Amino acid sequence: MEKRWEEMTADEKQEAQFQKLLRPKDHEGNDLKFQSPEAEANYKANITRIKDAIQLKKTPDRVPVTLLPSMFPFINAGMTVQEAMYDYDRCALAFKKFILEFKPDMHIGAAAPGPGKFYEILDYKLYSWPGHGVAPEHSYQCNEGEYMKAEEYDLLMTDPSFYFRNFYLPRVFGALQGFQMLPPLTGILEMYGVAFNFIPYALPPVQATYKALFEAGAEALKWAMVMGGSNGELATLGFPNILGGFTKAPFDTIGDTLRGTKGIIMDMYRQPDKLLQALEAIMPIMIGMGLGAAQQTGNPLIFIPLHKGADSFLSDEQFKKFYWPTLKQVMLGLIEGGCIPFLALEGHWGSRLNVIQDIPKGKTVWMVDQTDMAKAKETLGKNACLIGNVPSSMLNLGTPDEVKACCKKLIDTAGKGGGFIMGNGAFFDEAKPENVKTMVDFAKDYGVYK
Amino acid sequence: MAKDLVNTLADLKEKEALGMVQDRLSAGEDPLRILDDARRGVEIVGKRFSDEEYFIPDLVYSGEILKQITDMVKPKLTKAAEVKRLGKVVVGTVAGDIHDIGKDIVVFMLDVTGFEVFDLGIDVPVQKFVDKIKETGSGVVGLSGFLTLAFQSMKDTVGAIEKAGLRNQVKIMIGGGQMDEQVRSFAGADAYGKDAMDAVKLAKGWIRG
Repeated sequence: MEKRWEEMTADEKQEAQFQKLLRPKDHEGNDLKFQSPEAEANYKANITRIKDAIQLKKTPDRVPVTLLPSMFPFINAGMTVQEAMYDYDRCALAFKKFILEFKPDMHIGAAAPGPGKFYEILDYKLYSWPGHGVAPEHSYQCNEGEYMKAEEYDLLMTDPSFYFRNFYLPRVFGALQGFQMLPPLTGILEMYGVAFNFIPYALPPVQATYKALFEAGAEALKWAMVMGGSNGELATLGFPNILGGFTKAPFDTIGDTLRGTKGIIMDMYRQPDKLLQALEAIMPIMIGMGLGAAQQTGNPLIFIPLHKGADSFLSDEQFKKFYWPTLKQVMLGLIEGGCIPFLALEGHWGSRLNVIQDIPKGKTVWMVDQTDMAKAKETLGKNACLIGNVPSSMLNLGTPDEVKACCKKLIDTAGKGGGFIMGNGAFFDEAKPENVKTMVDFAKDYGVYK
Repeated sequence: MAKDLVNTLADLKEKEALGMVQDRLSAGEDPLRILDDARRGVEIVGKRFSDEEYFIPDLVYSGEILKQITDMVKPKLTKAAEVKRLGKVVVGTVAGDIHDIGKDIVVFMLDVTGFEVFDLGIDVPVQKFVDKIKETGSGVVGLSGFLTLAFQSMKDTVGAIEKAGLRNQVKIMIGGGQMDEQVRSFAGADAYGKDAMDAVKLAKGWIRG
């Protein structure tokens, strides 16, 4: 008899996740119908190859190849980023063209542009996007700020969801001002007095906020249907999307969009204990975010972009004290739940390799941007699969011969014995198509393990 | 006493440093001397950053302490500080890119090192760089960018400077996010700097040379 999910070890859960990926279903829960026997064979070979690269138990048949673009597929299709954000069908079509043209072993879906109209409905202020502070042909960009104030740590820790709803969300979404008037849900306890909790829902600003939420929800669903359809179709053609969702390192959660870079820096000096407590408090929430997403999508890879732990962003001491402990716990929590943390070392991380290599073997994947890949292989690479690290500058400005030389070096060093996936180092918008093509084709040819 | 503020700030002891400034102001000391000590303290911070003893948070924190000291001292200033400037530098995040954290740190370090910095902000149109160079006669230009779209903007900016006949008058450095030597060569800039202290070193070298 098969073991129940709750009874499985982390190893067994991960294996079960891969087995599920090897037997893909359509949206009605039936076995996925591939468009050809060749597509089915490719799909399964791709999953197996990636599985072997991640688990570090067996050398794959060849170096797997992935492409992790930002806006490249849409720019390459002759669209502006604005068009990709507002015309969901054309966005999905451009992405399909991109996959069929370059044929990576795995992809992460067409969701990068996101639904432009949805952001408009909610009057999103955290980002500028095409037509809203950024030119039509450019990608959206974050507006840094102190969206959480220095004195709000206790408020955040006491009831994070209440804090997010009543303080943070109204600051980053213009249309959600009504949330400020709502009482905590935890006041709803017994018959006497229960009605008081519901009075604010009669107030016009609250009703306007809910109206915006209904509209935004409908728009998000409309977009998600197109994205889901795109993933399904690409799967039938042999190209799996194995991205299951995303979460963040607690330090980045607070540093990126709550306190901001400067805010969290000040907190490390002025109120280090509060910051440490808050990191601990949101750590389980970050685990839950990843596990929940994996359950929804059925895919095990949980993306964790790493920002503020890069070389020179923190001292070694600060990294070990503020950044690493809760990130490690988030990873362990995800692994325990059968997920595969998929981390991106954005920028340079050479000085952190000795610390971050201390993780369970065969349970994580790391996208390496500008860190020296040979050094990463000797340290982190002993315990984890590495992806990368063809530079954005080379894909954009280099020649196919330069790309070949770069890929050869990567396969010879990082690819040795498996545990390596060829790919770009950072999410990219602009690139020469012939360079991207060369990266994929060369890895498929030269990367065969003998 | 004067030396203490320099080192206290360099050691990032915020409360003690502010206390010292308060004491010295109460004692009627020349506010310009206090400011000069504070600036020298931050210069040591920059040096420790170059030596990899300090990191970005230390730079940012020292900037915050310096800002508070400046705010305390300002009302007592009877005449504008006559700071001897090393030279003029125009800095900005290139067109299309709205990232400012890296650029702000570069501006701050150039400023405390003694340069007169003209910060054009973010998403700066090429013409604005050209106009500012003309207006100020700056000898150094710093182009900041985070995204790949900045590659082309940097090239366009350098091109516009050249077209305006100013290319021989300025040295151009680039830095930020996905920048590297290959981008420098593509953009036609003179140097790539990996961090704020590189920018200071480059500017010093060019302005002396």
